[in-house]
Amino acid sequence: MNKSTNISALTELTIAAARDKLQKREIKAVEVTEAYLAAIDKGNKALNAYVAETQDYAREQAKASDARLIAGTARPLEGIPLGIKDLFATKNVHTQACSHILAGFKPPYESTVTANLWQDGAVMLGKLNMDELAMGSSNESSCYGAVVNPWRRKGSAEPLVPGGSSGGSSAAVAAHLCAGATATDTGGSIRQPAAFTATVGLKPTYGRCSRWGMIAFASSLDQAGPIARTVRDAAIMLKSMASYDKKDSTSVNIPVPDYEAVLGRSVKGMKIGIPKEYCIGGMADEIDILWRKGCAILRAAGAEIVEISLPHTKYALASYYIIAPAEASSNLARYDGVRYGLRAAGKDIVTMYENSRAEGFGHEVKRRILIGTYVLSANSYNAYYVKAQKVRALIRRDFDLAFAEGIDAVLTPATPSAAFAIGDKKQRQDPVAMYLNDIFTVPVNMAGLPAISVPAGLSAAEALPLGLQLIGRPFEEGKILQLAQIVEKECGTFTPEKWW
Amino acid sequence: MSVNVETVKHIAYLARITFDKQEAEAVTAELNAVLDWGLLLDEADIAGIEPMVSPVQAVLPMRADKVTDGHKQADILANAPLTEEGFFLVPKVVE
Repeated sequence: MNKSTNISALTELTIAAARDKLQKREIKAVEVTEAYLAAIDKGNKALNAYVAETQDYAREQAKASDARLIAGTARPLEGIPLGIKDLFATKNVHTQACSHILAGFKPPYESTVTANLWQDGAVMLGKLNMDELAMGSSNESSCYGAVVNPWRRKGSAEPLVPGGSSGGSSAAVAAHLCAGATATDTGGSIRQPAAFTATVGLKPTYGRCSRWGMIAFASSLDQAGPIARTVRDAAIMLKSMASYDKKDSTSVNIPVPDYEAVLGRSVKGMKIGIPKEYCIGGMADEIDILWRKGCAILRAAGAEIVEISLPHTKYALASYYIIAPAEASSNLARYDGVRYGLRAAGKDIVTMYENSRAEGFGHEVKRRILIGTYVLSANSYNAYYVKAQKVRALIRRDFDLAFAEGIDAVLTPATPSAAFAIGDKKQRQDPVAMYLNDIFTVPVNMAGLPAISVPAGLSAAEALPLGLQLIGRPFEEGKILQLAQIVEKECGTFTPEKWW
Repeated sequence: MSVNVETVKHIAYLARITFDKQEAEAVTAELNAVLDWGLLLDEADIAGIEPMVSPVQAVLPMRADKVTDGHKQADILANAPLTEEGFFLVPKVVE
């Protein structure tokens, strides 16, 4: 390390910048890792972003990275320290999806996404907090407690949520407790936390990243992706995370392009759809202003802004909250107190199952299991579940028709509001109010499309981050990254004032 | 379609989760809020529409029917709460 560079400056580097300095051997991988471990040591008590730290493993990996950097055999993410959402199975390392039901679980295998990252030279700092089993939009349902957003309202010290379910990922990236983080998105769990923390969150096309070794929530909706500080960093991370995997029958066998290589290319002539149905009542004025600003930026870059209609948008949340719990109730049947995780005593096997599950799952998870069990039961299967699946087909068709008209990407706000307070009464008491957080993100999962949330400004009075969302055609992650980088270039990047 | 506490208790039994009375009442109200919301879908014209099961439309990949993995008894049992002589231990199932 150059004498003029102090240690905290190392955590200020983006993935792209750290990669370049590491490869030029201006800095050492062990120094970068130590800088992040020190930042976690100092900041995690206040933020609660990490639920398990893997210092020894990180130091070991960083040392191996330095050896490769010296030998000239560095890989794409050599020596880059990452945080991993607790939902990814990491071999012999704490993996609980922040649920008590998986108490003590240490998988004897590695998820494909994390295996890909280590294969490319990345370093694991630890496991990140999240809503229990990825069910939530505020990270408050974690069995390890809420994560605190590094962002605060101007002039206030009231703790805010970092979004969810990937709230540990978004907070850790925003507070520079990792260079980038893995996250997962079933209904907005990458993009909404990114919008709440001024970070970049990319949910790839369904099938782009392998789901093998991800703790399942709703299998037809779940998809892994990165949360990063910049669009370029998100592009770098996705290239390493994505792969075709024989172990996931829904992973798609299409080569992974070099997403970074398309950044900076002209978007002249691209057609950007503005769906009129996303203009919802009760949306804050400044969200509308932000959306217009996004249009102006892309228009100035030579793209054509076109109003489009996605008429079935209004059914997206209602159908999502039938389909996702249905799939969850089936997936979560595996937690039975027999093979792994928590086991509570019971006089017979059924009581043992019932007690283990009652004790192991939190309230939100139980509620969704019940909804799912109900909509899959004989009397309501057709009235709810099959109907929701048909509506899902219509939501997908809306997007297909827009793309068939030549629309390259769709621009929307990422969330209907900025971050709210931890323990917010309205969000707590009314499940539907909490679910509305995902109103702009859920249709994308229903259709299986790629989408990115990019910071676009701060709210006027409170100075909290707000994000825009770009939705792409299937497997056109490159195009939305290209467009997002234009937004980023015009709007700038945002860092919270350090108080932790 | 609204559910009552009795129905919720039955669903809870199907889902193998015990609820006390207070919890069951709270969850009944929450369940009804979500199910009422689901009624919105009655407006949608779904005549002739096939249900969408997955965004991936490809046919499931096939492979030869042969063993590709195995001999991992220790790994499989490593996280079990109770085991004995290489088996998972559960309360007595057959009298």
